Amino acid sequence: MPDQEIIAERHELRSEEIDRDDLVSTFKERAETTGLGRRSLIKRTLGVALGLVGLSPLLLLRDSGPLPKKYFDTTNWSKGTRLLLDPAGTPIKASDLEVGAVAQILPELPTGTERTLENTGKDAVLLIRLRPEDFNLDPQRLSWTYQGIIAFSKICTHMGCAVALYEQQTHHLLCPCHQSTFDVTRAAKVIFGPAARPLPQLAITVDADGYLVAQQPFTVPIGPSFWERNSSNG
Amino acid sequence: MKTSQKVAGATANYVDERTGAAKWLKKNLTKVFPDHWSFMLGEICLYSFIILLLTGTFLTFWFDPSQREVIYNGSYLPLSGVHMSAAYDSTLHISFDVRGGLLMRQIHHWAALIFMSAIVAHLFRVFFTGAYRKPREFNWLIGVGLLTFGIVEGFLGYSLPDDLLSGTGIRIAEAILQAIPVLGSYLAFFAFGGPFPGTAFIPRIFIVHVLLLPGLFLALITVHLMLVWYQKHTQYPGPGRTEKNVVGYPLMPVYMAKAGGFFFVVFGVTAFLGAVASINPIWLVGPYTPGQISAGSQPDWYMGWLDGLVRAAPPLETHAFGHTISWNILIPGLILPGILFTGMALYPFIESWITGDKREHHLLDRPRNAPNRTALGVMSITFILITLANGGNDIIATHFHLTINGIMWFTRISLFVLPPISFVITKRICLSLQRADRDLVLHGRETGQLVMMPNGEMLEVHEPISDAKKWTLTQHQQPGALPAPLPASATVGLKGKLRARLNRANATQVPAPTLTDLKELGDAHH
Ligand code: HEM
Ligand code: FES
Repeated sequence: MPDQEIIAERHELRSEEIDRDDLVSTFKERAETTGLGRRSLIKRTLGVALGLVGLSPLLLLRDSGPLPKKYFDTTNWSKGTRLLLDPAGTPIKASDLEVGAVAQILPELPTGTERTLENTGKDAVLLIRLRPEDFNLDPQRLSWTYQGIIAFSKICTHMGCAVALYEQQTHHLLCPCHQSTFDVTRAAKVIFGPAARPLPQLAITVDADGYLVAQQPFTVPIGPSFWERNSSNG
Repeated sequence: MKTSQKVAGATANYVDERTGAAKWLKKNLTKVFPDHWSFMLGEICLYSFIILLLTGTFLTFWFDPSQREVIYNGSYLPLSGVHMSAAYDSTLHISFDVRGGLLMRQIHHWAALIFMSAIVAHLFRVFFTGAYRKPREFNWLIGVGLLTFGIVEGFLGYSLPDDLLSGTGIRIAEAILQAIPVLGSYLAFFAFGGPFPGTAFIPRIFIVHVLLLPGLFLALITVHLMLVWYQKHTQYPGPGRTEKNVVGYPLMPVYMAKAGGFFFVVFGVTAFLGAVASINPIWLVGPYTPGQISAGSQPDWYMGWLDGLVRAAPPLETHAFGHTISWNILIPGLILPGILFTGMALYPFIESWITGDKREHHLLDRPRNAPNRTALGVMSITFILITLANGGNDIIATHFHLTINGIMWFTRISLFVLPPISFVITKRICLSLQRADRDLVLHGRETGQLVMMPNGEMLEVHEPISDAKKWTLTQHQQPGALPAPLPASATVGLKGKLRARLNRANATQVPAPTLTDLKELGDAHH
C-alpha cells in the first residue's frame, strides 16, 4: 500500500461572476415567458392554494384522536365505590390491613365496564395503614381516613409514574421516576422533588357489610397537570 | 489477457456506454482524503447506521407493533399466562424463540448507543477544530438535525417493546405533551388516539421509527456526505498544507482499504458487544401497566441528560384563572433543550458575527488557538455531564451512600456554578498552552541536560525544534489581527456593544512568535 501523501488543489466554491449574472438574467427571462409576473390573479390563487395545502394537516389529522373533553378531570371513583385489591380483585375490610401495610387498590367498576389500562392509569390507588396518632391532618382530611387507613391516588402529580415505593419508618411515598417524595402523615404533601402538588387523597369509609368504600369522588383531578386543570381546590 | 480481465473490461465498457461513469470515476479514484484519527468518528456514525438498518429490518420480520392484548404462552416460563400487548409478546418471541433474535436485538440496541456516542464525539471534533466555519455551515446544521432526530429515533426505539420501563418513558412523554399550554390535552389525545396508553401509540411510533426517520436519516446523511465530497475535507495545519490545497491519501487504494477495513472493525465490535453484553433484558421487568413501576428506572444515556434536568427542576406550577402551567415540566423538558439546541445550531453564525470573519476556512484550528470557543465547548460539556449524572441520582445515591437531597442541591448549584468555572479554567489552559508553544518556538525544547559554563554557571541545553514543527505552531492567524477592529458602525447600540465586547474577549491571545521575534532573539544570543 503506498504511504506517500499527495497534494490536490481546492477549487473555489463560489461560481464565476459571469455565471451568476447569467443565472439571474436567464431566470428572469424564463420567468418572463410564463407571463406570471403580470397575472396577479394566478399568483394569488397559487398563493392561496399553497396556503390551504399548508393548513390541510390541521384538518387531516383531526381524526387522529377524540377531543379530551372532561377526561382528565374524572376517574371511576364515586360515592360508595368499593375498594378492590389489585390484582386479586376482591373487596377489602379494614381488618385485612395491618398497621404499616400497603395495598394496591382499584375501584369496583359498574357491571359491564371493562377494566382497561386507561382506567388503571387514572384509578390506581394506594392504601396505607398507620397508627391513627401518626397522622398530622386537618379535621376534614382526618375524616377522609378510616381507623388509620388512608388512600391516595397512585399516579404521580409530576409526570404520571406510579408512586410505588413506601418507606415504612418515615411514612414517605417515593416516585422512582424523578424521586418526588410525599409525606403520608401530612396528606401526601410534597417534601422533595419536582412534583408541585400532593397526591390527591381519596375519602374512604366502610359500607354496611364492613367493606372499604369511597365516600365521594376525588375532589381534584389526579395525575400530571394540564392547561384546563382548575387548581383552585388544590 | 486473462478471462477475468476480459469480463471486467466488458462490464466496464457496458456500464460506461450507458452512463459515462468512467470520466467521473477516473477523476475521483485519486481524490485526496486528509488523514487523522479524529476523522474516523463520522465514519463510525455511518457504519453503525448501516448496522441499525440491517438489524432493524431483521427485527421487523417478527415484531408486531400492536397494543392489542394477548396472553403469553411462549418459552419464557416465568411470564406464562400473563396478559400483555402483542408488541411485548413479539419482543419476547424475538428474544427466546427466533433463531438469532436476541443477538439481533442486542446488536441493534448496542449499535444505537454507538451511533449516538459517535454522533456526539464527531460533533465535538467538528466544534473544537472549527470545522463548521464557512463554507461548511450547512453540514453543521444537518449534523444538529441528525443528532436531534437520533435522540428521537432512539427514544421511539426503546419505547417499542412496551415493557414496564419503556411504557414509563411513554407515560412521561405524554405528560410533557399534556403540559404544553393551551393545546396540551388536545395534543396528547391526538398523539395517543385518545386516553393514555390506548392502542394507537405504538403502531404510530413504529412507522416513524422504521420508515419516516430512517428515510430522513438516509436523505440527510447523503447530502452530508455529498457536501463533504464536493467541498473536500478540512485538514489539520502543517507544512505544505494551505487553505488552497488538500494533502492526504488517494481514495484508491489507501482510503478505500482503510474505510472498508474500519467498517468491519465497527461491525465486529458491535456484534461482539451484542453477543456478550446483555442489554435491555425486557423479560425481567414485565409488560407495561400504568399502575406499576420498577425502581431505578433509567433511560438510554442520550436521554439521560433530559431526565437529569427534569429531576433537578424545582416544583413550580402557576395556577391562575382556572388554568395550570407546569414550569417544572416545561422548563427542563422543552424550554431549556430548545434553547440549547437552537444555540448549537446557530453557533457558526454567532461566531462569525462576533469575529466579523466571513472567509473560507479549510485548515482546522488547534483548539488552544481558539480559547473562547474551546472554553465554551468545555462549558457545555460540563453542563451536560452534570445533568447526565443527576439523571442517575438514585443509582449514585445507593452506590455511594449519598442522600438524594444532597445530590439534588449539588446539581442545582453546580449547574450554575461549574460551567462558568470550567469556561475560565479552560480559557486559561488554552492561553498557557499558547505560551508554551511560543516558548517552544523561540527557545526550543528543554533537553534536561545541564552543562556547566567555564564560569561555573549551570545552564539547561535547549534544542531547537524542527522547522516543520515551528510552522505547525505558528501558522495560525490570530483573531485579534483579523478584520478587527470592527468598523465603528458595527459597534453602536446594545447589539453592537455586545458584539464589540465579545470580539475583544475573542482577541485575547498570547501573541504567536513572528519571524521578527525569532530574529531579535537570535541577535541577542550572538
Ligand atoms: C438511527 C437509527 C436507529 C436507532 C437509534 C434505533 C434504536 C432502537 C432501540 C434503542 C430499540 C430498542 C431495542 C431493544 O432494546 O429492544 C429499537 C427497536 C427496534 N427497532 Fe430500531 N433504531 C434505529 C433504526 C431502525 C431501523 C432502520 C429499523 C427498521 C427498518 C428499526 C427497527 C426496529 C424494531 C422493529 C424494533 C423493535 C423490536 C425490538 O425491540 O426487539 N430500527 N430501535
Ligand atoms: S413522575 Fe413522579 S417524580 Fe416525576
